[in-house]
Amino acid sequence: MTDQAYNFAYLDEQTKRMIRRALLKALAVPGYQVPFASREMPMPYGWGTGGVQVTAACLTPEDVLKVIDQGADDTTNAVSIRKFFQRTAGVAVTEATGEATIIQTRHRIPEQPLKAGQILVYQVPIPEPLRFLEPRETETRKMHELEEYGLMHVKLYEDIARHGQIATSYAYPVKVEGRYVMDPSPIPKFDNPKLSVNPAIQLFGAGREQRIYALPPFCNVVSLDFDDHPFRATKAAHDCDLCGAKDSYLDEVITDDAGGRMYVCSDTDFCAGRQAAGHAGRLAAGGKA
Amino acid sequence: MYVAVKGGERAIDNAHSWLAEERRGDPAVPELSVAQIREQLALAINRVMAEGSLYDPDLAALAIKQARGDLIEAIFLIRAYRTTLPRLAAANPVDTGAMAVDRRVSATFKDLPGGQVLGPTFDYTHRLLDFALMAEGAAPVAATAPADGAPVPRVTGFLNRDGLIEPALPDDTPPPDLTREPLELPAGRPLRLQAITRGDEGFILSLAYSTQRGYGRTHAFVGELRIGAVAVECEIPELGFAVEIGEITVTECETVNQFKGSKTEPPQFTRGYGLVFGQTERKAIAMALVDRALRWQELGEDYVGAPAQDEEFVLSHCDNIQATGFLEHIKLPHYVDFQAELELVRKLRREAQTLQEAAE
Amino acid sequence: MSADALTGGFPAPARDSARAFRALLEATARPGTIHTVNGAAPPAPLSVAAGVVLLTLCDTTTPLHLAGAADCAAVRDWVAFHIGAPLVAAESAAFALGRWGDLQPVTRFVVGQADYPDRAATLIVETDGLVNYGPTLTGPGIVTATWLSLPETAAFRANRALYPLGFDTILTCGDRLAGLPRSTRVEAP
Repeated sequence: MTDQAYNFAYLDEQTKRMIRRALLKALAVPGYQVPFASREMPMPYGWGTGGVQVTAACLTPEDVLKVIDQGADDTTNAVSIRKFFQRTAGVAVTEATGEATIIQTRHRIPEQPLKAGQILVYQVPIPEPLRFLEPRETETRKMHELEEYGLMHVKLYEDIARHGQIATSYAYPVKVEGRYVMDPSPIPKFDNPKLSVNPAIQLFGAGREQRIYALPPFCNVVSLDFDDHPFRATKAAHDCDLCGAKDSYLDEVITDDAGGRMYVCSDTDFCAGRQAAGHAGRLAAGGKA
Repeated sequence: MYVAVKGGERAIDNAHSWLAEERRGDPAVPELSVAQIREQLALAINRVMAEGSLYDPDLAALAIKQARGDLIEAIFLIRAYRTTLPRLAAANPVDTGAMAVDRRVSATFKDLPGGQVLGPTFDYTHRLLDFALMAEGAAPVAATAPADGAPVPRVTGFLNRDGLIEPALPDDTPPPDLTREPLELPAGRPLRLQAITRGDEGFILSLAYSTQRGYGRTHAFVGELRIGAVAVECEIPELGFAVEIGEITVTECETVNQFKGSKTEPPQFTRGYGLVFGQTERKAIAMALVDRALRWQELGEDYVGAPAQDEEFVLSHCDNIQATGFLEHIKLPHYVDFQAELELVRKLRREAQTLQEAAE
Repeated sequence: MSADALTGGFPAPARDSARAFRALLEATARPGTIHTVNGAAPPAPLSVAAGVVLLTLCDTTTPLHLAGAADCAAVRDWVAFHIGAPLVAAESAAFALGRWGDLQPVTRFVVGQADYPDRAATLIVETDGLVNYGPTLTGPGIVTATWLSLPETAAFRANRALYPLGFDTILTCGDRLAGLPRSTRVEAP
């Protein structure tokens, strides 16, 4: 049921037009951060206001929306954002990745491959991949203009010199279509390969920082690395204890105060789907445990 | 058997109803009305209106009540409401020279046309808790005198006449609006002033204080501080003239800053400017100091690396709604990224240990 | 202002523009794909699709250039009533609307700044036919290659050479549209 006190999808039409223009420019220049006049939303900055504004600008009444945080549909902030759009846009919602037409996410890309017709909207805290190397926007903007990404390579190389490997495990920087270095949002680097040549449209919204950027479908996205230290997508060296999946990203759950722990899929829909299909892990009910 | 945590929705609903109960407090104590908050917590109202950038005392009072007295939360409620309002027109600049002043003081002259008017100020109160306020008493009544209606000319105008202060030339360029366009750096002075007047009082206060202690010192005198009502006028295209649509109370501070001259500017006094909704003089004075510190470039002064001189630093961090949102978001789940870090630290430790064992 | 100027907007603005934008988003994200839109009834000579694009993307904040036959009293009145975009010369336009010949030379349009490539014009090009036949398109949004009936190739190749600067193009024909962002490489058939 839509709340009639608000315009469809909350934002007024002028704001949506402004965001929509920014989205089209973002798609035209993949990986480039388009400034937009982010609005104050009824949820706090840092809690997904950029993603919410992008979703609001893209939603149609026919959409089926899925919202995840940490890969899970039932985390509190995901529940809160999903309720917001049920109330203000009256759209159908789902937890099934395959049924969703728009998926708003924080920190994960679903395990199930996305397809044409789907849009993945990322919530982004700090869109500037160079920000922690150079705090000034005036400087980083110039670095993007000049394709001056040496600083980033120096940082990664220093990691190797000190630790023997690149010590960045999430928000791992990528280069888009050979031009712009981009922050993929704080997804674990395990998810980075899914950014590239993805059939879905990927949109990134940073509300507080007032930036929108995008990856069109089938866009080439390369994780930064060195020939002698190639990028590797890593995860915990375990299988899911509930569904037995060997290739999904895992959460480590502490089960007691004596060092007991288990590993479960971070993508709750993926895990539930596998369990429903009869897959069982080490600790599943009726499983091999 | 492990079952993933479910029930986020129920947890949220329960948290909301508990919050509502806590907000009300002990039901045996009479409930605060919005009108009571508006009338008796007026300075809180003023801060919420200023930083919420919406002039509406009743809504500010409602926000304070709903926010349980957390002013930043109240400002957030006002900002979120403000963003849904249609923009019908832009008002003309308010004429603070024609202000009906409640308070007007100058630190630079002993006496001056229009006089020193203390108004309702804490300045010379002794900060002794007034236990009489714990008992409900009669409403105090202050002595009154008829308004003399004489003009109250600006202090900077006197200095201007002698050419001792930098001129402030009128400029009809419409100012940019950071609520409608993304912030672009470097920003001009109008945009800086907008950001600072909406900025967090504590942050602006501390920055201003830092300039007084030498981090970008500006040698400020309060040339004039005035608080009072100004008319808000709107141009009506169909009528071809401006119509008064209401009245707001504002606080204006003009500082006069000693300036020995630079490569580009002669020795003269320079200006810092603060204008804030409501009776908010701490904020207005702080705003004027920070404004003046940020003007180093146009006045040809040296950049000494002081935080208050750094436009990008000030504008990027002065908004408390942005700041509190981003600060508090770190309590949201981050376990996916934490897991990635756990794996990395374990791997680094394993490799360090292997190296150490090999060395032994 | 003619009475016709008052009609032809979206009957349900929030929902109609949401659906129209989704078509535009897909069209820009997947260059060469052709999408049907509806809801606008602009005055002649504008196509339904061109009217939809204007209603969806343009407002008082987007300077608009009308070229050739599109620059007529009926269209100007309709734009004034429904959109309110200031009408400007090609050089200062955020959006431009007309037939390809009337938009020439397209080098007049802003292509963005090196530090702000987004500040570039979007051309809405009215065409007589829009089919997946003609020059070859490759680039972001396209799996391997696709084809689209473009009015020419040289100008789009020159535009691609400016990347990441360049104008972006939306081709319209009747109630259909296709996108050609600056990132697309175009080869003569």
